[in-house]
Amino acid sequence: MSNFVQVLIDGILSGLLYALVAAGLSMMWGVMDVINFAHGEFLMVAMYLCYWIGEILGIDPLFSWIAGGIFLFFMGALTYRLIIKNSLGKAAMAPLLATFGLSMLLKNFCMNRFTPNFRLLSGTIMEGKTFQFAGAIFSVPQLVTAIFSLAVLLGVYWLIKKTRVGWAIQATAMDKEAAELMGIDTENIYLLVFGIGGACVGVAGGLMTTYLAVHPEVGGLFSLIAFVVVALGGFGSIPGALFAALLIGLVESFAGFYVAAVVKYVAVFAIYLVVIMIRPKGLFGW
Amino acid sequence: MFNNKADKLWYGFIAVAFILPFVPGVIGGSFFGHVATMILLYAAMAQSWNIISGYCGQTSFGHSVFFGIGAYGAALAVVSFESLPWYGAPLGMLVAALVSVVISYPCFKLKGHYFAIATFAIVEIFNRLFMIWDTIGGALGLDYPILPDGWVNFSWSDTKNGYYLGALAIFILVFSVVRWIERHRMGYYLRAVREGQETAESLGVNSTVVKLSAMALSASLAALCGSFFAQYNYRVDPPMVMSLDMSMKFVLITILGGLGTFWGPFLGALVLIPLQEYTRAYLSHLGAGVDLMIFGLIIIIVMIKQPLGIMGLIRYFTKKKIAKGEGDA
Repeated sequence: MSNFVQVLIDGILSGLLYALVAAGLSMMWGVMDVINFAHGEFLMVAMYLCYWIGEILGIDPLFSWIAGGIFLFFMGALTYRLIIKNSLGKAAMAPLLATFGLSMLLKNFCMNRFTPNFRLLSGTIMEGKTFQFAGAIFSVPQLVTAIFSLAVLLGVYWLIKKTRVGWAIQATAMDKEAAELMGIDTENIYLLVFGIGGACVGVAGGLMTTYLAVHPEVGGLFSLIAFVVVALGGFGSIPGALFAALLIGLVESFAGFYVAAVVKYVAVFAIYLVVIMIRPKGLFGW
Repeated sequence: MFNNKADKLWYGFIAVAFILPFVPGVIGGSFFGHVATMILLYAAMAQSWNIISGYCGQTSFGHSVFFGIGAYGAALAVVSFESLPWYGAPLGMLVAALVSVVISYPCFKLKGHYFAIATFAIVEIFNRLFMIWDTIGGALGLDYPILPDGWVNFSWSDTKNGYYLGALAIFILVFSVVRWIERHRMGYYLRAVREGQETAESLGVNSTVVKLSAMALSASLAALCGSFFAQYNYRVDPPMVMSLDMSMKFVLITILGGLGTFWGPFLGALVLIPLQEYTRAYLSHLGAGVDLMIFGLIIIIVMIKQPLGIMGLIRYFTKKKIAKGEGDA
């Protein structure tokens, strides 16, 4: 029984992190029907940034995730300006392949500059701390990351649902021309969506530095999981992404514990295929 | 359609490519020979992908699965059964065709990015299953034993003219199949499904059968290329043949050359493969990954400037010429 609770909690905690990574991707996909293939590499950039801030300036990732979020906001906006804007609408897969090129560029740049070694910050505030509650062991950095993820996710959801900017984003997603006729500067909305998407993944990357090692290939698996989460949740739906991420996190931890650690991602991708066959536009898609 | 000029171009190209290894010192054992072999192989791979994704419009990121099945087919025949690759390769092609039909049938229900992501997931599932499947080598992969040279083992260690001719044979086979399809009724069906599935169906085209047969053909040709790749590299492991990076090579070469065009895959391979091989050879002193950084940058620039690829560029210039000519007249 205690095993069950432990596995359940681990699944939920990693699910919340996946939700934050996927939320940015979900917004980009929902608003402009673009898959950002470099999403995992954005995560890697944020992790390297917070790692080096911790290593050189001695600032704990518990605080430097803010820098990660801000940096990735601008990086996302810049990616839109330079790459997405110029490839959108030209050919079916052009933005996807252009961002694939960007992912290769970023990954190999980090490989070249920082070597392929795994790097983990030592001496952080929350390092190795755990506590027991209700018969389960919580890892403090993982728990804090999950709570922050949920908070950021709720913040973004509030922004989209309750503010004027959010309504403009929704209007742009529904019908670009009509939104323009209503006086919405859709160009700026796209820029903002890429910025917010980048900021989400930047915050996630910064927080992950507290307990995960960074290396140039770290983004690959996370971007695949983010793709699966977004498609499973239905594009553009943040509650969908949250729900799908929790499902993926739980499948991962249960399959990893009760079947075998090596098959956990097989189970994740298989469950995605099964669900997508039943609901071709995702759980919350329309 | 092919007019006389295109036919002449095609046969002339084959003749030159065939004579090349018999000119002493051009192909045999040299680095240029390696690059030429890779160009032919990757052009054939990209063309096989072009059948389903270019002509039929179903963008698959899962072709490394079929490529990998072909590679494992040849490697298992040689390494595990101590037999000849000539048995493994056709078997691999058959298995790849069957697997492609089984996994594509449900996936063809999905549209746009949902289809693309489903194919990502399939690659990842196959990669991880092959990694833990110890009877076929698992994560360690399969290493070829040293075999005597010759066509029987499809293996050469000194002068590699045999590999070049083998790649040329595969290249001619795949391109001839596509040329035949282009002219045949099937080609019209494929393009009709790409341009509008509902419209095609309303005119009596069974889109499911068309898409599945195109996929099976495409997968078996990709598997054939995979068998060659295993023979050429003398080893097979899951990250090498069955990964997203390998899948992307099929996609990138075709798109760079020109999606859904006959010469596109060849032109794409002609540009990308030498670029990849020569930057890898000459820029290695700058540290790891510089070649791939340049590769990534080129992909970005191409997608921004000319997403229709080299064929798009050629069309742009020829159209300009035609328009100018009409203006003069």
